Amino acid sequence: MNAVMKPAPAATMPLRFPALPIGGLAGTSFKHAHLAAILVDGAQRGFFEVHAENYMGAGGPPHRALEAIRCDHPLSLHGVCMSIGGERPLDQAHLKRFKYLVERYQPALVSEHLAWSTHENTYFNDLLPLPYTAATLTRVCDHIDEVQQAIGRPLLLENPSTYVSFRESTMSETDFIRAIARRTGCGLLLDINNVFVSATNHGFSAREYLADFPLSHVGEIHLAGHAEQADDEGYPLLIDSHDGPVADAVWRLYEIVIAQCGPIPTLVEWDSQIPDWPILKAEAAAAQAILDCCRTVVEDRHAAA
Amino acid sequence: MRPHERQPSYTVAFAAALIDPERETPAIVAGPAGKGAVRRYNVYRNNVTVSLIDALAAVYPAVQRITGVDFFRAMARFHIRATPPTSPLLFEYGRDFPAFIERYEHARPMPWLADTARLERAWLDAYHAEDAAPLSAETLAAVAPERLADLVFITHPATRIVQSPFSVVTIFAANRSGEKAGRIDASSPEDALITRPDLDVVVRHLPPGGAVFLLNLMTGQSLGEAAATALQASPAFDLAANIAGLIGAGAFAAIAFGDA
Repeated sequence: MNAVMKPAPAATMPLRFPALPIGGLAGTSFKHAHLAAILVDGAQRGFFEVHAENYMGAGGPPHRALEAIRCDHPLSLHGVCMSIGGERPLDQAHLKRFKYLVERYQPALVSEHLAWSTHENTYFNDLLPLPYTAATLTRVCDHIDEVQQAIGRPLLLENPSTYVSFRESTMSETDFIRAIARRTGCGLLLDINNVFVSATNHGFSAREYLADFPLSHVGEIHLAGHAEQADDEGYPLLIDSHDGPVADAVWRLYEIVIAQCGPIPTLVEWDSQIPDWPILKAEAAAAQAILDCCRTVVEDRHAAA
Repeated sequence: MRPHERQPSYTVAFAAALIDPERETPAIVAGPAGKGAVRRYNVYRNNVTVSLIDALAAVYPAVQRITGVDFFRAMARFHIRATPPTSPLLFEYGRDFPAFIERYEHARPMPWLADTARLERAWLDAYHAEDAAPLSAETLAAVAPERLADLVFITHPATRIVQSPFSVVTIFAANRSGEKAGRIDASSPEDALITRPDLDVVVRHLPPGGAVFLLNLMTGQSLGEAAATALQASPAFDLAANIAGLIGAGAFAAIAFGDA
């Protein structure tokens, strides 16, 4: 076969995106249904977060959409199924895809979950819990080291929302997470809705959990809505459903954390029963107001000093 | 711990009952302060099953529209238990679903349903396929007439073919539009071309011999060879109309010359 006669390839892929700062910003989950409305708004103050797995196809509309919003906004790349908390070695093909996305889209933040979702050859599509023991701590740290090595930058690890605990656990979740951050140098993604959901489900104080959480390692905050069911005894069992507005109690915890830590990039997650763009945008604006208010307080303190 | 001793596996115990409703709540999990863990564990069961049914519904919206939501979700639940996903990329899930539909007893009165699913699966593959500019009519027109028979076509990465003894293109089109689908005669055979020259996935009904022609081109046969085979398979095969249709749909990415 000789010369292939081929027109120039569809040159749509930008080689570089602007390095946009994410400090002190609020953002939202990016949903394709909102793309047109977001593009009409044009460049806005704020960032977008995407689930990495949705952009692991070779091409097509998902990448075009992500390129379009990434040109004007900082991006947070949020992995959902690395199975860092699993017992099996990390899926090397998946790690390679994840690394490729980090390189291609140059996100300001990269995060994953303290959870597992794959066992043997089955992918369960849920963030499943793990016992907190010396053995699981070692394995989780090894997995995080491997991810950080692959992507060449620190990962933010998200605290889980859970419905059960394990009889074999020997450490508290906050001790477990603190040890991970210390051993691996990873940052943390503090999901305040997850704290509230787990606190209710396991009968501990969300405020005490936050007081014990290694807040100095937190590089991003998640806020989201939850749903309520009942446990075997008829008491409230909260479900991390991401299908509605952020609860008042979660906003209050958020204000406490921001007052203590200063402005931290904050994402409003909304993944199911997705509302029109103005509603989601307004949730992010509410978080932004809290961040900005805190910035003013911090600046006033500096001015007074 | 000595090397030959293995830590009891929490993933084995936890995973075993996730998609098996017959199994009891794993003994390794608990609620707080002696509370039960049945409903608590069931949250995970529910998350797994519902999210995977939703994933299949996202791949096969026309099938769901045809069967109705309750029928679809019951069928999908059986499939998930038999064939859970092996990849975390859910847009890859459900490749075995059309074959499952073919064997599914309650779907027997709808013999065209499996091919409709095959068309939807091909649609999503085209949607996520690698981007490439389609071959233009001008590039083809620039080829000297005496070299045309030796021409080899390189198909677009998004190009797929679904051949069916049923009216799958008509069924697909009627059930993927927002409009109310009227009565469809499902019995006339239709072959589908699926591709994506730019942002939008294109689904076309291939004319007689068109599927054989394109399949042969995809295996690397020259234009002359592929046309001869197609004509043999279908005397009504119209070479010029097929080429024009394929180029117009964006089925090719490039041309080259075989053995020249």
